Amino acid sequence: MTTQTPTQSTPARSHPEPHQETTWRTYFSFSTDHKVIGIQYLVTTFVFYLIGGALATAVRTELATPEVDFVSREVYNGLFTVHATVMIFLWIVPAGTGAFGNYLLPLMLGARDMAFPKLNAVAFWMIPPAGVLLMLSFIWGAPAAGWTSYPPLSIVTNPVGEMIWILSLLILGTSSILGAVNFLTTILKMRMPGLGLNQMPLFCWAMLAASALILLSTPVLAGALILLSFDIVAGTAFFNPTGGGDPVVYQHMFWFYSHPAVYIMILPVFGMISEILPVHSRKPIFGYKAIAYSSLAISFLGLVVWAHHMFTSGTPPWLRMFFMIATMVIAVPTGIKVFSWLATIWGGKLELNSAMLFALGFVSMFVIGGISGVMVAAVPFDIHVHDTYFIVAHIHYVLFGGSVFGLYAGIYHWFPKMTGRMMNEFWGRVHFVLTFIGFNITFMPMHKLGLEGMNRRIAEYDPKYAALNLVCTVGTYILAVSTFPFIFNAIWSWWKGPKAGDNPWRALTLEWQTSSPPPVENFVGEPVLVTEPYAYGLNGSTPGISLEPEATPSPAT
Amino acid sequence: MLAGIALTLVSLWYGQNHGLMPLEGSEESLPIDSLFNLMMTIGTGLFLLVQGVIVVAVLRFRRRQGDLADGPYIEGNIPLEILWTAIPAVIVMILAVYSFEVYRQIGGLGAMDHAMAHAQPQPQMARLAGAAIAAPLAEASPTSLADAPSPEPVLSDATYQLPGDGPYEIQALGLQYAWIFTYPDTGVVTGELHVPVGREVLLKINAQDVLHAFWVPEYRLKQDAIPGRPTEIRFTPRTAGEYPVICAELCGPYHGAMKTRVIAHSPQEFAAWMQEQQVASASGLEQAIATADPAQRSVEQILAPHIESLGISPEVLQQLHPPMVHAHAS
Ligand SMILES: [Cu+2]
Ligand SMILES: [Cu+2]
Repeated sequence: MTTQTPTQSTPARSHPEPHQETTWRTYFSFSTDHKVIGIQYLVTTFVFYLIGGALATAVRTELATPEVDFVSREVYNGLFTVHATVMIFLWIVPAGTGAFGNYLLPLMLGARDMAFPKLNAVAFWMIPPAGVLLMLSFIWGAPAAGWTSYPPLSIVTNPVGEMIWILSLLILGTSSILGAVNFLTTILKMRMPGLGLNQMPLFCWAMLAASALILLSTPVLAGALILLSFDIVAGTAFFNPTGGGDPVVYQHMFWFYSHPAVYIMILPVFGMISEILPVHSRKPIFGYKAIAYSSLAISFLGLVVWAHHMFTSGTPPWLRMFFMIATMVIAVPTGIKVFSWLATIWGGKLELNSAMLFALGFVSMFVIGGISGVMVAAVPFDIHVHDTYFIVAHIHYVLFGGSVFGLYAGIYHWFPKMTGRMMNEFWGRVHFVLTFIGFNITFMPMHKLGLEGMNRRIAEYDPKYAALNLVCTVGTYILAVSTFPFIFNAIWSWWKGPKAGDNPWRALTLEWQTSSPPPVENFVGEPVLVTEPYAYGLNGSTPGISLEPEATPSPAT
Repeated sequence: MLAGIALTLVSLWYGQNHGLMPLEGSEESLPIDSLFNLMMTIGTGLFLLVQGVIVVAVLRFRRRQGDLADGPYIEGNIPLEILWTAIPAVIVMILAVYSFEVYRQIGGLGAMDHAMAHAQPQPQMARLAGAAIAAPLAEASPTSLADAPSPEPVLSDATYQLPGDGPYEIQALGLQYAWIFTYPDTGVVTGELHVPVGREVLLKINAQDVLHAFWVPEYRLKQDAIPGRPTEIRFTPRTAGEYPVICAELCGPYHGAMKTRVIAHSPQEFAAWMQEQQVASASGLEQAIATADPAQRSVEQILAPHIESLGISPEVLQQLHPPMVHAHAS
């Protein structure tokens, strides 16, 4: 274990002024630079996040009153179907894996680029057309069978929209698989000399687990979608009961991907949180190996729990029991992570900047989704709340309170590295407070709505749920407003923000030991491993590191 | 320590007094709610623990202005890590065993054996109330509604009595966008579900067109209706009253409107109600339905082969629901 405090490392300035060639035009080109591709992913997926958010706002506007009065029932079903599809397949999955995976992995591993740069660019450029295609479906009648697209409804509803949905998902799935091949190869083969698997930053472990899940599960979804498309256009009967097909087989295939998809969406964010908390707590990550291996455990268990989405689908009882127990067991590795994060911040010196606020918000909100997750794993209880607003609340605490809070934390944390400039702290905090409040007002009441008897995917509901629904809708508007401080802050800071210097957070992982933004091949000269990724406080206290760029460490000489 | 005791007490109290669940209308809802209360207790404790640690850490360990020193170099603590692996593991095991037990109590584990055993022919609804609706239904249904022979109807009996042994069987058919309930012992067909309190009901569920799900929140029970794949659910109504029956599986634009009621009667009331239905059907309800032209037409449209795209106009659909319910449930 080589250890060296940052002050002892070679001063910066050993690298030339980098990145003259990266202009705004680069981001619209078929660049093979993983950093450009990472930012392309991030900006593109964020645009889709805004679109998905607009769709959600329309959904909640319809639900502000019990009657159907804002859009027609048909359009409403299209809105929530496309909302979910966009948020999952065009925002969280590609943002967590594609954006941060691409940007960070080579930097953290000391590599010059990803293993297959061209493939990487291909994977990214599949996303915009797939997303545009999905949006165009509104012209012919959007897919309206829910993002789960269960047959027979999906076979008989809006066939054009449904086919577009399938095509779009097949493209996005292929992109995701190509990305995963790249991540796995990069992590296993491109680490700098001396960087063993057990010295990797935890984000790399998380990406390893997520990529393995993508490779194992996405092809099954592709298979299900292709068979479904045959049922729609060719009149086959794989899933169509009128021809002797079995709709439940589709559900098995769909959830074989889509349960792991939850971990594909949350594992990279787990990794990011494990990076962000130690830096802003000035303390090593607590229980490195436990966190690293629990990612693998979650990934493995995530593959064998899919039928917990099908407890009311006529699944045989003994199978329901198996899936219940397997699902509950996931709470153990997940709990290990949460407790390790808490132990990491305990006794540290917390810098409560925007990145840290979102990271702490992540832990706080994700735990609620985790608790309700264990609850819905219990078959007898799930039979009551399945397909209700309790589930809507649960998934949003996991995917919004979890993944999206984590993605925001990641953006605030790595923005200085990506752009070379700092984001505005004040507006970052405003963004956090609005998001935190809006999120909880929107989704907390949904737990009660679901328990009391409000089912999901409905445009109209019993007037007795009107008050709580109005609260949820108000929360949604706060959430919608909360994105504006972020957008303006990000655009303004990218353009005019104060210069960040190489390592504004005094972080120890390798990506901070090169310039901000890093040069084309990431490091000038061979990067050398001088310190563990989390060796904060190793020589007692390490005082007096100024925040000036001149004094920031750069072992990369 | 004090915080720990307070946390435990709050969790114990909230686990019993959360007030989140609706009325407990079935025997099954009792063990399910106890399970939920236990999970709420544990969940509240965990919630308070985690949020408490975060809040205290933020207050106590905030970096002071100008303090650029690092925190202590603590990489881990094996006993602590074993502890927080073991405790959740134990909790999870307890919950799994308890859930298993609750599931056994509500009859979930026996469901499939019963499905096999229920092969004996049941009296069917042909020639009785609602025949005008039931006939096209039976033709179009690929599944169990039509396959049993229809023996002599039990109309000759002066007073109706619940069949003696086993659960009382009712058939449910989900279709866009209504439920049709058939009582095989009499052949009565209704749009609302009538059940006797205190008697185990076996609901055999089919779907006509797409997936639906039968859900009564007050009963805490839900079962998908799957075309071509009969399913079933058992429950014992506990309190007399009317509760909503909700379709919980997306079935098309009018999914949110696919609602009816379950009406739980005392056994005597149930018998009286059933008697009334039989009399009504004998004295020409059949004819009334046959001439209820708009209703009948829309039902037929609903039942049209569903491979063709379902271009049913909303007007027709809205007509469907009220006449059917009125015709059979009055
Ligand atoms: Cu799942
Ligand atoms: Cu429905």
